[in-house]
Amino acid sequence: MTSTAVARPTTTGRTGTVGAPRLLWLPAALAVGLLVMPIVALVVRARWSTLAADVMSPAAREALRLSLTTSVAATAICLLLGVPLAVLLARTSGWAADVLRALVTLPLVLPPTVGGIALLYLLGRRGIVGESLDAWFGIRLPFTTAAVVIAQAFVAMPFLVLGVEGALRTAGTRFEVVAATLGAGRWTVLRRITLPLALPGLISGTILCFARALGEFGATALFAGNTPGVTQTMPLAIYAAFNGAGVPQGTAVALSLLLVAAAVAVLLAARAWRPGRAT
Amino acid sequence: MASRKGDVSLHARVVVRRTGFVLDAQVEARPGRIVAVVGPNGAGKSTLLAAVAGLVVPDEARIDIGDRTLTDTARGVHVPPERRDVGLLGQDPLVFPHLVARENVAFGPRSRGAGARESRAVADRWLADVGLAGLGDRRPDALSGGQRQRVALARALAPEPAVLLLDEPFAQLDVRTAAELRDLVRAQVRRTGTAAVLVTHDVLDALTLADHVVVLHEGRVVEQGDALAVLTDPVHPFTAALAGVNLVVGTMRDGAVRTTDGVVLPCGDPAPASGARAQATFPPSSVRFVPPQEAGWDAHVVDTEPGATGIRVRTTGDVLVDVLPAVAAGLSLQVGAPVRLAVDPSSVRVRAVPTSGPVAT
Repeated sequence: MTSTAVARPTTTGRTGTVGAPRLLWLPAALAVGLLVMPIVALVVRARWSTLAADVMSPAAREALRLSLTTSVAATAICLLLGVPLAVLLARTSGWAADVLRALVTLPLVLPPTVGGIALLYLLGRRGIVGESLDAWFGIRLPFTTAAVVIAQAFVAMPFLVLGVEGALRTAGTRFEVVAATLGAGRWTVLRRITLPLALPGLISGTILCFARALGEFGATALFAGNTPGVTQTMPLAIYAAFNGAGVPQGTAVALSLLLVAAAVAVLLAARAWRPGRAT
Repeated sequence: MASRKGDVSLHARVVVRRTGFVLDAQVEARPGRIVAVVGPNGAGKSTLLAAVAGLVVPDEARIDIGDRTLTDTARGVHVPPERRDVGLLGQDPLVFPHLVARENVAFGPRSRGAGARESRAVADRWLADVGLAGLGDRRPDALSGGQRQRVALARALAPEPAVLLLDEPFAQLDVRTAAELRDLVRAQVRRTGTAAVLVTHDVLDALTLADHVVVLHEGRVVEQGDALAVLTDPVHPFTAALAGVNLVVGTMRDGAVRTTDGVVLPCGDPAPASGARAQATFPPSSVRFVPPQEAGWDAHVVDTEPGATGIRVRTTGDVLVDVLPAVAAGLSLQVGAPVRLAVDPSSVRVRAVPTSGPVAT
């Protein structure tokens, strides 16, 4: 009995590690099951004979095209607006910055449907800004493709801002100070030091942002609606198909698998392109 | 390559007020020369450098390089760091981790408008000058600590700054690497005619590198002058403590400085008049343990610690004694033990204490 208590050389040959308690294996395994088994069920449930036809159906291709283009557009907007916000947040301190950071994080914890309603009240035809847009410029945003992009940017931007801000804070300002003493102006410091040092956070933030935009459902459904070819992105198409609006559920499963494949592709691309490994 | 016009000496007078701390110091540095600012942590050394580099805006200051005014609080002048022509080399090399050695060194010239190819050529020359020829393509994590500090030195000098600020640049290096870097810094400062300010709490840095030493204590300059003179014959008790030199204050009587602790320091000519207040400085290695009846003074051992050449014994009267281990073995030096000490007059420097001076008695 005592021999089992004697420390044996670890099989991995690693030094300096203390093994985790074995009891952790049970909840850990359950967690993996909870996260992975639904995907497995989806794969099992798929009717492979009609899968190709389902995925290649005009409706599915239209939804995929719309999802990708709107997600790319939303991500571009998030980068354009979110990176400057992250830089300013990372370089300011005090209660104002704390409040601003909390506000920026809000869409992260808000149910997306609430976000959708909020966007309607802001930019809808009777919205506080939307009414003026309509009256002065004849611009009506709700239930357009632009509304999809806005809804996606609204829910996805926090991922980018927080990721980039965290990376900027970790990098600190010491390298920027050195760069300044070497004669680099503010733009040069931003371009050649600040952003390259924050690149890992920038990339992972961009990927999370894109993935969040791709999966966005609630805000889009309320603010942009569910018009095939205009606002019906993949998640909305899946929902419509699953509710059986004249479409067999097999289509929903096929579309879901397509979305899973897209997500996996994004994650794999991110792993292959992680700059943290080279440095 | 640099078009230096006329005198490019640094003249800086800086006042920075923080709660519970005031820095009020003046420092000057001439081209090709190194001035050392020595003092303990918290003396205000780094604040002084940050003010010269333009990284903090002082409460009151006038900082000039030659005829260029970098900071003049009276006129509201504050040139930003990137246009001051002041280089900085700190304790941490802070080599840009995402750039190879060559691109690190080329960063300064490029930022000042040189082309990419030209900057790389300049960088390669500088890397050769600091002994890193052929390592331009190395990423920082593939370089040793000493090599990274060499890259940082090359990078700081590549834009050919008029003034180079050195903030304890050898503190994180091992003894041998630090010695090599000291030689390198001295050689490059001389060669490029850069005016350098070295901040350190290491007397060795000051002695081996500096032409001039400024001693900073609680935000004020308490002493300055030729490096060797200041550090071997200090006037201020703080400088003496820093340099590891004994400094005692007493009264002249019968050709010796006598303190209230009973320390007797015989001195040769010229000596201050009898009855005058005087201070004496003498190295710990000049103090000898002598038999009870010989000339000298009685003291007790306060504590002992390893010294540069053996054992350093602190005795009552604030006198340090360096003794060789072999000699110490023959003495009983436990704490509180009575000892009799003597100093050869030729090792003692005596000066009259000014009635109103930096020396508190």
